[in-house]
Amino acid sequence: MTASLDDTNTDEPAAVVAADKPQKAIEGRSPWKIAWTRLKRDKVALAGGVVVLLLILVAIFAPLIVKAFGHPPEELHEDLLDPLLGLPLGDYGGISKDFLLGIEPVNGRDVFSRIVYGARISLLVAFLSAFVAVSLGTVFGVMAGYFGGWVDAAISRVMDLLLAFPQLLFIIALISVIPSRLWGFEGSGLRIGVLVLVIGFFGWPYIGRIVRGQTLSLREREYVEAARSLGAGRAYILFRELLPNLVAPITVYTTLMIPTNVLTEAALSFLGVGVKPPTPSWGETLATAVRTYQDDPLFMIFPGVAIFITVLAFNLFGDGVRDALDPKGSR
Amino acid sequence: MLAYLIRRIFAVVVMLLVIVLMTFGIFFLFPKMIGADPALYFVGKQSDPAAIEGIRQKMGLDDPILVQFGKFVVGLVAGRTYANGTDVTNCAAPCFGYSFKTEQEVFPLLMDWLPVTLSLAGGAVVLWVLGGVATGVVSALKRGTAIDRSAMGVALAGVSLPIYFTGMLFIALFSDTMGWFSRPDTEFAVDPGKWFNGMVLPWVSLAFLYAAMYARLTRATMLEVLNEDYIRTARAKGLTEPVVIGKHAMRSTMTPILTVLGLDLGALLGGAVLTEYTFSLHGLGYSAVRAISDHDLPVILGITLISAFFVVAANLIVDLLYAVIDPRVRLS
Repeated sequence: MTASLDDTNTDEPAAVVAADKPQKAIEGRSPWKIAWTRLKRDKVALAGGVVVLLLILVAIFAPLIVKAFGHPPEELHEDLLDPLLGLPLGDYGGISKDFLLGIEPVNGRDVFSRIVYGARISLLVAFLSAFVAVSLGTVFGVMAGYFGGWVDAAISRVMDLLLAFPQLLFIIALISVIPSRLWGFEGSGLRIGVLVLVIGFFGWPYIGRIVRGQTLSLREREYVEAARSLGAGRAYILFRELLPNLVAPITVYTTLMIPTNVLTEAALSFLGVGVKPPTPSWGETLATAVRTYQDDPLFMIFPGVAIFITVLAFNLFGDGVRDALDPKGSR
Repeated sequence: MLAYLIRRIFAVVVMLLVIVLMTFGIFFLFPKMIGADPALYFVGKQSDPAAIEGIRQKMGLDDPILVQFGKFVVGLVAGRTYANGTDVTNCAAPCFGYSFKTEQEVFPLLMDWLPVTLSLAGGAVVLWVLGGVATGVVSALKRGTAIDRSAMGVALAGVSLPIYFTGMLFIALFSDTMGWFSRPDTEFAVDPGKWFNGMVLPWVSLAFLYAAMYARLTRATMLEVLNEDYIRTARAKGLTEPVVIGKHAMRSTMTPILTVLGLDLGALLGGAVLTEYTFSLHGLGYSAVRAISDHDLPVILGITLISAFFVVAANLIVDLLYAVIDPRVRLS
């Protein structure tokens, strides 16, 4: 799930420690070390990274946070709503010491805990679907680029086809015909699984195209030829010569794909085909807000801002990673 | 050139056929898996078995999927006649079938929804191309200054905002609170002034998102182009800065922008689902969401096909335009 993040996070602190060691002997700097030094200088990207980390922590510790500051996300507080209009009784959407971000209209659930729990769904779907997309994209992209010929032709046509699809429509259509129980899964678990697979499946051609292009140019390089002339097998060339050089572009596109997936998940839940209530999701909360925002405008601000901050943080961080890993970058 | 065109158009047709086949697959194989019957969607759950059987016969819902697919494709090109004994319905080409929900012919429905989507996409595209490209060029020329930083900050915020959230904010602010613009509720034919007033918010919220993307793209491309040797040459031979930027640099900058523009526009013409949904604009995207929740297969199929057609056609046009803009590109 967090494979790409773990990479950058575990490798690089180690690299920093190595670089800070007292002996000032001349040592080669790996591209990753160079990238990390560049990233460290980019304060905006680091800020984005910190927010991303915080969001992940919020998602992991959602039950604890809600226990301390809120009410269970699916608990109804109808007594705090106006029985006729279904709107919160207090001012500003019912914000109080007890309900930090107010009360959901109609159902009377605690907005704060729904936002906190919403981070779980949002990040879980975004990370897992990015993982699906990156895995498929890498495998097929490398295959297309390395083997060429009819393999390349077939994979490229499939990618073109998927890119020509009216994707959002198709995802909605696909999810709407999924039964409520399938292969022993049901409820929100099934929904999340389907979202991950579908978003991941329609995302892989974007990565696949980039990986294919990179592989095409890498396989003609001298060092690959050298390995081949030394008698290296196909697997050795793929995993030891090509893949390490693909990690940088793959990392960049993964970090930039996650915010897109956050937006897609929110959009699908907003349209009512994503996560189903009462499971909390930012998109679903916004869909409720559509019906009530004229009377309770504050209610739509919180899920909207939550999505905005998440996507913005990932974008800032992703931009920083791209600039750090791209030696030609002039930004 | 002609051979290239024929080959590409052939590929387009094949691709559209595959898309129809896949849509068919999703809506016929999946319901079968869960034991639902398309005929039931058509006639409603209360109808008596004889009526259901009649519909099934007439619409050919019992045929194997490939036969249904074949009939659909023939219907698109040559029209189609549905018959069950004496019950005969003629559907002229291009026949997309009949809506399960309203029993209307699909093609006229599509033609009702298309103008709404067209007017939304058309207005927005003008705004975002002008705004986004201008912002990007200024940012690139003033690189590193406060103008650049704030423009790019706004642009980054713009790409991070979900359109339905911006849309709702705009309605709450400019429509409900300030009352500057109405919601889109009037047709152009009824009152052009009111129609325009109602379309401003959808245009602006859709354009804002894309303008942000285009500003980022334009700036990045422009910076790359400004580093090229031919720009130095142009400056060295004494051309004024407006000519260097406006004539020499802009031409190369426009190539990637045109690519993205073609694809984005193609995708939008098939229905700006989220924008239409937020503003209750009854265009293709809005209707698609409705049709999907109603399991109205013929309507979904029609909208999917029309959207895919726009995307694929846009792809083709962009590739052809390359050759016009960038003399290095040869079509073969």
